[in-house]
Amino acid sequence: MSRPRPRRYTAGVTVKVLYFASFREKTGRDEERRQVADGARVGDVWAALVREVPHFAAFLKMPPAAVNLEYAGPDRLLREGDELAFLPPVAGG
Amino acid sequence: MHLDPIDAAALLSRARSSDGGVCVFVGVVRDENEGRSTTGIEYEAYGSMAEAEIGRLLAALAQTWPQVRVEIVHRLGRLAIGDASVAVLATAPHRAEAFAACREAIDRLKTTVPIWKKEFYRDGSSDWVDPTRAARH
Repeated sequence: MSRPRPRRYTAGVTVKVLYFASFREKTGRDEERRQVADGARVGDVWAALVREVPHFAAFLKMPPAAVNLEYAGPDRLLREGDELAFLPPVAGG
Repeated sequence: MHLDPIDAAALLSRARSSDGGVCVFVGVVRDENEGRSTTGIEYEAYGSMAEAEIGRLLAALAQTWPQVRVEIVHRLGRLAIGDASVAVLATAPHRAEAFAACREAIDRLKTTVPIWKKEFYRDGSSDWVDPTRAARH
């Protein structure tokens, strides 16, 4: 009988990140799940995206963001299951 | 927010018996923007947040103008020149509040509600509209 593999516990929380409009086209995805460290904030996810996505590397500052359907700043703490979105300039009307 | 055409005339029948003024703003797709000839616009929304943001907008308007009732309808998807993309209805006992609330509603909608539009140009190209870029000119 094989020994059960030790279960690996990972620190961190999983958040859903949404992309719309130009951000959806530039990233090639409309949503993804990302694991972030415990205590990670919105700004930390943006910093990671700046490193990963060439389109975002040119941004001088973080675009408006929303957590769980409300605008949130870079210091907003992320919790397990949060829905995070970075928003291109809105243009309704 | 929906994909169906906006019936602006139907909005006019929403006045209450206490209302003396009905102000309706209808935004329509036009045939040019910043000097470029356009053929249409495609609207996209972060639907759940847009609904929440419109709810917060209406709550803020109700604080400022307790006697005004405001309704907002926004269309999504591909629209042609002349199609109505947004309608704001403000009904109030008197016209001053109706005009003011209607204006405030559409102005705030354009800056806070997560809706985006992609313009299609006559030359076959397309681009996402960025009002912050225009403001920097």
